[in-house]
Amino acid sequence: MTCDEARILLHALLDNELDAGHAREVEAHIAGCPACAAELSAQREMQRVLADADLRYTAPASLRARIEASLPQRQQPSRRSVLRGFAMGSAVSALAASGVVALVLRQDDQQRILSEVVSAHLRSLQAGHLIDVVSTDQHTVKPWFNGKLDVAPPVIDLTAQGFTLVGGRLDYIDARAIGAVVYKRRQHVVNLFVSQTSNAEYRAPKTETMQGFNCRRWGNRGLNFWAVSDLGADELAEFVDKFEAAMKTNVEG
Amino acid sequence: MPANDDLQKAQRFREAALPYLDDVYTLARYLLRDASDAEDAVQECYLRALKHFDSYRGPAMKPWLFAILRNVCNAEYARRAHRHGAIEDTPGAAEQTPIWQETEASPETEVLRSRDAGAIRKLIDALAEPFKETFVLREINNLSYREIAEAVGAPVGTVMSRLARARAMLRAAWTADEEQAR
Repeated sequence: MTCDEARILLHALLDNELDAGHAREVEAHIAGCPACAAELSAQREMQRVLADADLRYTAPASLRARIEASLPQRQQPSRRSVLRGFAMGSAVSALAASGVVALVLRQDDQQRILSEVVSAHLRSLQAGHLIDVVSTDQHTVKPWFNGKLDVAPPVIDLTAQGFTLVGGRLDYIDARAIGAVVYKRRQHVVNLFVSQTSNAEYRAPKTETMQGFNCRRWGNRGLNFWAVSDLGADELAEFVDKFEAAMKTNVEG
Repeated sequence: MPANDDLQKAQRFREAALPYLDDVYTLARYLLRDASDAEDAVQECYLRALKHFDSYRGPAMKPWLFAILRNVCNAEYARRAHRHGAIEDTPGAAEQTPIWQETEASPETEVLRSRDAGAIRKLIDALAEPFKETFVLREINNLSYREIAEAVGAPVGTVMSRLARARAMLRAAWTADEEQAR
């Protein structure tokens, strides 16, 4: 092998793109050629420094919204305006209204479940029934759900990421028991509802607003998630990103 | 009210393509070097992708989206029609030049200092095409050589040599930058 060839192939070696035969050839050349060996170690060093730097960009939320808006949508003209009316007013009237909302929207499962999720969030705040098991320790909260549900909700401590785990609770959505994991950021409560789904495909997070609350829902690993809070949409999205990142580490680690 | 088929198609498209929005946007930022041009290009890319989603049979979603984005960006370059060359393959003198000349002159095992992301982005931005896109697709978007070949419509061997050249150029620019800083 010539240096010409080695200088190209060593990159494929770095990227694990070579089959065993070619990899051996490149390694044999490098073992006998100090110049190519130096180039390989310099390139490996650069790759390491690059991997440590965050070189990706994040698409602005406005772009995501623009693209979402350009896709064919289910139209809900009159229902939307009904909801907007309910979005104002006190939490109590909103709670009363949610029953009506559920009636108006009974054709539309997603909307109905969203309204139930938001109602459950409201109930948890009002009745002093936020938490069944009080603990900031994920290893206490997680086993508590055992035997109470047909699903084991992932309980992840995100204190280091700015969302403090405060406990867990059983709730009812869509006439089924469902797990709620409760977090706090400053004085804001985040309820994370988790239920099982037969659909194992990833569904990207999507934020909806109802009665003044933000709800971000997504699906992953055979579970449906709804994160509900009075936090701003940005912070709620941040919560979901941190949660997913931590989940990923847990699953792979 | 759109037909039910359209809604279902939109939903499938949403699930298949939207998770890659950050990846597509990242590539657009490096190719166009302008935030608002990148946003327009990404939106156009998703519109075209939805239009052709019926005929999509693979490759993997990410390289397919990148190939579309690349076409959109080429059109944008044609529109700008000034000093930057198109991303379309122009394997000119740069691709023929031996790749190690400049590195052999500099100390061989010099360790690169960690730089902040902004400084590294500038160095990458300054790379010439088609080397920059190959580099970004591999090092930042994490595509395999085969996927890069699919996205840019070039043979794997070409991808490999462009990548080697891109990294040699980047390292040369990096060390020159550090010399200056000293």
